[in-house]
Amino acid sequence: MALALQTKGLVKKFGGLTATNDVSLTVEKGARHALIGPNGAGKTTLINLLSGVQKPTAGRILLEGDDITGLSQHARVRRGMVRTFQINQLFGDLTPLETIGLAVSERNGLGMDWWRVAGSKRALLEEISSVLERFHLADVMNERTAILPYGKQRLLEIAVAIACQPRVLLLDEPAAGVPEDERHEILASIAALPADVTVLLIEHDMDIVFSFAQKISVLVNGGLFVEGLPDDVARDPRVKAVYLGEEAHV
Amino acid sequence: MSSATSSILRRASDSLSARVRWHPLEIIFWIVAFAMIWLMPTRHLIMTEIAWLGLFALSLDLIVGYAGIISLGHAAFFGVGAYVAALLAKHELINEPVLALLVAGLAAMAVGFVTSFLVLRGTDLTRLMVSLGVALMLRELANQFGWLTGGADGLQGVVMQPILGLFRFDMFGHNGFVYCLVVLFVLFLVARRLANSPFGLSLVAIKNNPLRAAAIGIPVDQRLIVIYSIAAFYAGIAGALLAQTTSFASLDVFSFDRSADLLLVLIIGGTGYLYGGLIGAILFKLMQDYLSVLTPQYWPFWIGALLVAMVLIGRDRITAWNAPLRHLAAKLDWRATRRAAAAAAAAEDR
Ligand SMILES: Nc1ncnc2c1ncn2[C@@H]1O[C@H](COP(=O)(O)OP(=O)(O)OP(=O)(O)O)[C@@H](O)[C@H]1O
Ligand SMILES: [Mg+2]
Repeated sequence: MALALQTKGLVKKFGGLTATNDVSLTVEKGARHALIGPNGAGKTTLINLLSGVQKPTAGRILLEGDDITGLSQHARVRRGMVRTFQINQLFGDLTPLETIGLAVSERNGLGMDWWRVAGSKRALLEEISSVLERFHLADVMNERTAILPYGKQRLLEIAVAIACQPRVLLLDEPAAGVPEDERHEILASIAALPADVTVLLIEHDMDIVFSFAQKISVLVNGGLFVEGLPDDVARDPRVKAVYLGEEAHV
Repeated sequence: MSSATSSILRRASDSLSARVRWHPLEIIFWIVAFAMIWLMPTRHLIMTEIAWLGLFALSLDLIVGYAGIISLGHAAFFGVGAYVAALLAKHELINEPVLALLVAGLAAMAVGFVTSFLVLRGTDLTRLMVSLGVALMLRELANQFGWLTGGADGLQGVVMQPILGLFRFDMFGHNGFVYCLVVLFVLFLVARRLANSPFGLSLVAIKNNPLRAAAIGIPVDQRLIVIYSIAAFYAGIAGALLAQTTSFASLDVFSFDRSADLLLVLIIGGTGYLYGGLIGAILFKLMQDYLSVLTPQYWPFWIGALLVAMVLIGRDRITAWNAPLRHLAAKLDWRATRRAAAAAAAAEDR
């Protein structure tokens, strides 16, 4: 099976702290792959390295076989890899309509178009409206993002990434902070992604992880600890020890 | 397409096109501005200053209000434009003012492009310092190259030829005012278009959150370089207008005071909606005119006091004061919207 994403010996050090420790991860094309691990295990750091927010101390990153280690963030997005953020990163002054419109225009190469009115192309408008509808943002599409309720902001956080039509999608705790009864909208939207989109999901909620993942990688102290099918990982005594150990601390 | 989707599409399309629709107050603003050509002919000299200052402030608004780049050295580009326009006329290199204006703007744009790489790095504070440093350096260069620029005496003996070969710069400043106003209007139209384009949206996104902007595929640095260069072009044109309407350029075009005053103009008028620079320029010049007649030596004191007062009172409360005006604006807009909706409905019926 072809690989969507691969890392080779990825290392990230913050001073004396090794946040990513020699991670060699492979994610297959079209995979539903979950990345789990206790708080501070280095999951977000790994996403930051993959998306180009941070430069690795050592190691390589391959996207669909091409080395992208040196590419800028936006170049990686143009190659089809898009991420979401554990803590919302939105455009407070823009409305959801403008935010989604911007993502769609950029993907269609209209970002430098300074003459046309934003959203004057019919095909783009259809795409924008369909994203707004799918993410239940239509009723608030003209509100400033900064004043939206958290649940809507969280939906927008995921919607912007999906509006970029990624081939590889990195989701950093998409349901974080969303109450149990509001999660289904986010989870449904992830479940509805086309099968050929590769998804790497970070999540603490084990119900979500096990209902979603075909493969699970466990990260502990920056390093890959265990990897395998969901059932095997669930039964693995070492994983149990890590999580039970963590719970014992709390 | 389901009917729900198509209704969303219609609303999305309406909201996006509403962004560019002309508000009645905007139309009134420009009608009044052009009416000044006939209404107050004796005040054309100060109105000329308002026009180029407004353009200069609009230029700063493009980078501060849209892209979020704060600058304390915007006079650098103003000065380049002023000197280039004055030199072109003095040495009779380009005699036609409109063409010279364009060349002066492009020269300023080139300087803007080169220095953008210095300014984009780092935080607000480094940007302030670097932009300030660039303006100081250019001023000193103009001072050192006295054989070219006239040094501290300024560039004298500039004789301007008629605009388009037709309209002389008369001593009452009538033609000069019309010229500046038309240039301002044309460049305003371009800026308005730009601000509402996908490019303009991407600038606001970068200002709000550069991390996320990059994460949806926006090349942040490239966009900032482009808008910084465009703003430098606008500032250069403003400086060239000053040089052409006064037939003079001096070191003072690069001065720190000019950059600082400009920031003040923009603070008075407000950022991020394009009219802030224009309104700020009107208020600033009128106040300067009024106060400097009243108390010539204390003008800087009063403008300083005003700045402190504005910061202390805060924008929110200032916006509260003009609430009745905004209410009126909303009403006017609502009428226009209803008329547009009625027209659209009528068109659909047909
Ligand atoms: N920019 C940084 N500078 C210094 N240390 C950092 C930085 N970013 C992360 N770290 C450290 O690296 C380690 C891994 O952090 P990371 O955010 O990747 O964990 P995580 O697995 O995402 O945790 P969580 O489940 O809480 O989100 C932590 O000890 C964190 O304090
Ligand atoms: Mg994290």
